[in-house]
Amino acid sequence: MNFRFTEGAIDTESARRELQTSSAGGYVSFEGWVRDLNEGQEVTGLEYEAFQELAMKEGDRIVAEALRRFPVKRALCIHRVGSLSLRDMAVWVGVSSVHRGEAFDACRFIIDEVKHRLPIWKKEHYRSGDSGWVNCERCAAAPQHAHAEPEHAEHHHDRVAVSNPK
Amino acid sequence: MSRSPVFGLILAGGISRRMNRDKAALEYRGQTQLDRAFELASRHVTQVFVSVRADQTLDATRAQRPMIVDSAGEGPIAGIRSALAAHPKAAWLVLACDLPYLSDAALEYLLRRRDAAAFATAYTSAHDGLPEPLCAIWEPSAAEALADYQAGGGHCPRKFLIRHGARLLEPQDTRALENVNTPEEYRQAIATLEKAPMQLKIQYYALMREQAGRSEETLETSASTPAGLYQELAARYGFTLSRDQLKVAVNSEFSDWSRKLNVGDAVVFIPPVAGG
Repeated sequence: MNFRFTEGAIDTESARRELQTSSAGGYVSFEGWVRDLNEGQEVTGLEYEAFQELAMKEGDRIVAEALRRFPVKRALCIHRVGSLSLRDMAVWVGVSSVHRGEAFDACRFIIDEVKHRLPIWKKEHYRSGDSGWVNCERCAAAPQHAHAEPEHAEHHHDRVAVSNPK
Repeated sequence: MSRSPVFGLILAGGISRRMNRDKAALEYRGQTQLDRAFELASRHVTQVFVSVRADQTLDATRAQRPMIVDSAGEGPIAGIRSALAAHPKAAWLVLACDLPYLSDAALEYLLRRRDAAAFATAYTSAHDGLPEPLCAIWEPSAAEALADYQAGGGHCPRKFLIRHGARLLEPQDTRALENVNTPEEYRQAIATLEKAPMQLKIQYYALMREQAGRSEETLETSASTPAGLYQELAARYGFTLSRDQLKVAVNSEFSDWSRKLNVGDAVVFIPPVAGG
């Protein structure tokens, strides 16, 4: 399985080791973090909920697609579920390959598809005491946002790590 | 005198000449006749077996069920005798697998009126008043007489019951014992059962879980597609999301809204996602 869920913190070190192979010249990873501000609201924490049976199948299909489309060696995605605090890592994607270019492309492809296709939901808790399901509460009035989270609403800072690029 | 326990026996060994195909494998809403009959019987007796011929034990429609293989010739009498021989202390609720209209109520009524002192307790036919041997309870005491009957060249369980007598019951629902012998009867049964309520399993996530006030439920519905089901549930729970904002999954795969639902399907409505 190249996609999985975890209820605890994502163990990036052991995930990274799964990608290592002597034919790979480097690896690219993406981490999604819980950020304190979303669409003007101060966020204090959030919960991820998933329809895991389907999400694991679909997640596996996304990674398999990436492996077909890009000449990379290995790829893996781990998504966290449950209650998360600010700065916690919500999702991790890693790709190893001979050269860096396709690793960046495959990593980007996987995180983009994961955000759009997997049945995973996020409930934000706000400083105001309010809470809401992202993309669900507002889009009840604005259906055009269904299943397409706009880029500015992304809920994490991006951190990209590149080790030993060739 | 203590009454023997009742086990279930689904007769699925016959060859259907008029249907020109395996009757046991005919489907209603994705469920084979055999499975329907098996599950129906399982709701009323503790153990259920499928009666098969020796050459059917590996057949895919039958193989996953406990079986009793014919050991006493051919036909329904062979099936009943083989069951009586396999568990000599049990009485048998014997059901033909091709009774799509058979209901829980009809079985309950039959079992409640069981006469353990007779060779069998059976419904009478709504057409001719004669006993219906393949929706009946056969008692252990019938074993010997059945063996004699078969040895004398007899092969019709109905004639056996006429000759030897049985406790007879008039059916409450005259349609319950109608069987399906021709492609036309099969088409009619499909059309009728399509409209009957069926059980589905629904799981709710995120906003929908909160609005439904539950994470899952099993319910009876007359809706035949996910679209119809959503309409029904949205009215019941007041879901705020409209159908075009959702996707739907059936049995853990994304599905069309217009797909025909089958008995026991697991349905999940997928509100706008926000992973990553």
